[in-house]
Amino acid sequence: MSEWRLYEVFVRSKHGLNHKHVGSVHAADAEMAMENARELYTRRSEGVSIWVVPSDTITASASDEKEVLFDPSEDKVYRHASFYKLPDEVGHM
Amino acid sequence: MYAQLVETGAKRLKTKEEMSPEEREFQEKVDAETKIEAKNWMPEGYRKTLIRQISQHAHSEVVGMLPEGNWVTRAPTLKRKLQLMAKIQDEAGHGLYLYSAMETLGADRDEEIEKLHQGKAKYSSIFNYPTLNWADMGAVGWLVDGAAIVNQVVLQRTSYGPYSRAMIRICKEESFHQRQGYQILLDMMREGTEEQKAMVQDAINRLWWPALMMFGPHDDESPNSQQSMAWKIKRKSNDELRQMFIDQTVPQLEFLGCTAPDPDLKWNEETGHYDFGEINWQEFYDVLKGNGPCNRERITTRKKAIDEGAWVREAAVAYAEKQKQRSQAA
Ligand SMILES: [Fe+2]
Ligand SMILES: [Fe+2]
Ligand SMILES: [Fe+2]
Repeated sequence: MSEWRLYEVFVRSKHGLNHKHVGSVHAADAEMAMENARELYTRRSEGVSIWVVPSDTITASASDEKEVLFDPSEDKVYRHASFYKLPDEVGHM
Repeated sequence: MYAQLVETGAKRLKTKEEMSPEEREFQEKVDAETKIEAKNWMPEGYRKTLIRQISQHAHSEVVGMLPEGNWVTRAPTLKRKLQLMAKIQDEAGHGLYLYSAMETLGADRDEEIEKLHQGKAKYSSIFNYPTLNWADMGAVGWLVDGAAIVNQVVLQRTSYGPYSRAMIRICKEESFHQRQGYQILLDMMREGTEEQKAMVQDAINRLWWPALMMFGPHDDESPNSQQSMAWKIKRKSNDELRQMFIDQTVPQLEFLGCTAPDPDLKWNEETGHYDFGEINWQEFYDVLKGNGPCNRERITTRKKAIDEGAWVREAAVAYAEKQKQRSQAA
């Protein structure tokens, strides 16, 4: 089975939600990966849509690179609504 | 449990001072309950221990299909047959979730399965016992899956992210397994003939002790269990888990109107737990070593499935290749 490619499986659990990573399957091609993913990850109507993506085509950040990669967002507090204090009279915004 | 004896390679626990800076940072993360993910730095021993434990767990799910597969064509009704097939398919799925978690650690599924076939990798001792009558399907679901649930619920909090997530998926599916098993026994005890009731008691007599052995040997001061606990791969000791299982199972046993083959089993008012007799550890180690009633048969069946399915896998690759060339030509 090593000659079979590894695919990552993403499932949309309900209409309106994002696809979420659930695991992986081995398959000879994408069509088979889809069938295997259906059978493996959605036996109890856990999903309404499935994506299968060859694992070796995914570029991932190393989770240890936290500081380097995600640091810029830490010091940009003005990107959050809570940064802007409005007078009480304005009401809910 | 499904992984009853896992070698960690540790001779003794390292103190914080003896750890390298990476090891210390890793241990602090584990202590803070931050999940470790595939791309994170981890000690080589942690990676190897996990590969051993997750592969043993996966092999157990897969070999675990065989004792139940024995009864698919003999199920008493179509309803029971469909339920049994659904359960067995879930176990195949559990094996796959786990192999997929194991592969995130850089292990290869085929290589690990090959180790199983060569007798180099273990799987749970419980699946080396035969399933002799229909009540065994009830007792397996109730006791074996019940014991597995106790272990797996705790493993949901294991420190390795992919293993923990596989456990969460598995636990969602397990309660159906245990309930369908218990219901088989309840029906037999309530509506069955005297002969059928005797089958239930017989199944419990044979499977009771092997189910208790699933939790593995007594916890000792062995560096393996200490290391696994320190890395939070393991979250509770074997004896603690076994006691939890007994405490929750005995009332269910009494409700069935059956007994356990253990004269020492009795409620202890003082401790608030059930006392129980000593497990036959000689039998446990014999079965683990490959000398149980069905060890050889199980491995032969697994090998045969892989070997005789080779042409299907080859055909699938040939077909995929042909489709690719067609679409490139078009
Ligand atoms: Fe399972
Ligand atoms: Fe199981
Ligand atoms: Fe199960």
